[in-house]
Amino acid sequence: MNIKSWKMIGAVAFAVVTSTAASAAEYTIEQKNKTFVVNGQQVEEFTIKAGDTIHFLNDDPFFHNIFSLSDLKTFDLGSYPAGQMKDVTFDAPGEAEIECAIHPEMYLVLTVE
Amino acid sequence: MSLGYLSGLSRLGPSNAGSFAKAIGVAAIGIAMALGANSAVAQAEMKPSSEDVKKYLRPAAIPQPRKNMMTPERVALGKVLFFDPRLSGSNFISCATCHNPAMGWSDGQPTAIGHGMGVLARSTPTILNTAYQRFQMWDGRKRSLEKQALGPIEAGGEMAQPLESLLPELEAIPAYVEMFEAAYPGEGITKATLGKALASFERTIVSTESPFDRWLKGVDGVMSESAIRGFAVFKGKANCTACHDGFNFTDNGFHNIGLPDNKDQGRYGIKPIAVLKGAFKTPTLRDVALTAPYMHNGQYQTLEEVVEHYDSGGTKNMDNLDPNMKKLHLSQQEKADLVAFMKALTGDPMDVIVPQLPIK
Repeated sequence: MNIKSWKMIGAVAFAVVTSTAASAAEYTIEQKNKTFVVNGQQVEEFTIKAGDTIHFLNDDPFFHNIFSLSDLKTFDLGSYPAGQMKDVTFDAPGEAEIECAIHPEMYLVLTVE
Repeated sequence: MSLGYLSGLSRLGPSNAGSFAKAIGVAAIGIAMALGANSAVAQAEMKPSSEDVKKYLRPAAIPQPRKNMMTPERVALGKVLFFDPRLSGSNFISCATCHNPAMGWSDGQPTAIGHGMGVLARSTPTILNTAYQRFQMWDGRKRSLEKQALGPIEAGGEMAQPLESLLPELEAIPAYVEMFEAAYPGEGITKATLGKALASFERTIVSTESPFDRWLKGVDGVMSESAIRGFAVFKGKANCTACHDGFNFTDNGFHNIGLPDNKDQGRYGIKPIAVLKGAFKTPTLRDVALTAPYMHNGQYQTLEEVVEHYDSGGTKNMDNLDPNMKKLHLSQQEKADLVAFMKALTGDPMDVIVPQLPIK
């Protein structure tokens, strides 16, 4: 067995461990009409549990650039077009302010329990 | 031309005349398609869709904060303050010096000229429709008009007047004491009431009806065919609506549009996110024909130059370029149509009565 195969097995084992150990939930937060939308409802606040993952899905016909400069988690997902999705996992509890750099009126307070 | 005539018929009123015109219109479109007429012809005859009407007409209500609802006294006070050069350190520059109502509420300069005739780094943005804007200043550093209004008064390069010394100056003018009391009873002459009064007046400066608005309302012959085609290019091939959308033609967003001469980090100075390097606020396009030169640095003199810029797709600066920017490959006709459309966004002239300033 070559090194590449070992790496693959390692990656699969790692994925299994993370998904079972965390029993984490996944949520999709859409960017639509320059707002954050969950299940068709515009949201300005959203609560998840530590270890959960959020899929940020761009459902507008133009680019969005989701980021957070919060103490809890700092990330910059870069600009991505309609139909694309980027994921962020929140490991620690706390509060994160999530915004779109291009459209700063898009603002979401995420509480991680 | 024949289609325009037929659609004119449909507005005569009687429903059967409408259906008749529609039927013939549909037939005519069918014939046009059969003859291989290109889509530009169909677009030229286009009427605004119900979605266009909903999206692009100015909302009648002007947004205003609960803590500073507009009253005639507040607006009147704000207007006097707006035109009063005593708000500057030199007593020579008023808000209206740069935001000149005779020049589209801007100044016609590539970049603003401030205290001591110093040339500033950014152009004077129009204050038209700022009531509807979510962020103020080119880099969006202020959210509210109340806070924005005080910025240029204090800025050393602009009006260079510390508020601490301005407030006693205003208190020494009896008419101002009365006007502030009428506008904000019991609150006195403070930074807060000064900002609130100026903001109240600025909220009244809203766009007037333009040929485009009349066209949306169904008036015939007010938009040239070129302008109507330009609207289609604006929404379609040129994708201007990626940023300039809605009645105020802005997304209230920030973009680096790839100006070759830009060395200003813009919004990045406020929010250090990579995409914001060299990004500036999307300005309104209402009355845009009145507010040359264009861009935050005033580098383009005409709307034609602006269209050439967007057609080129822009040039990376500050290692950045908005991903919406792409080479457009517009024809000369499409470029001319875009300019015609933007010129059709010029509203009826506003009658602005300059107030008599209170004497000491």
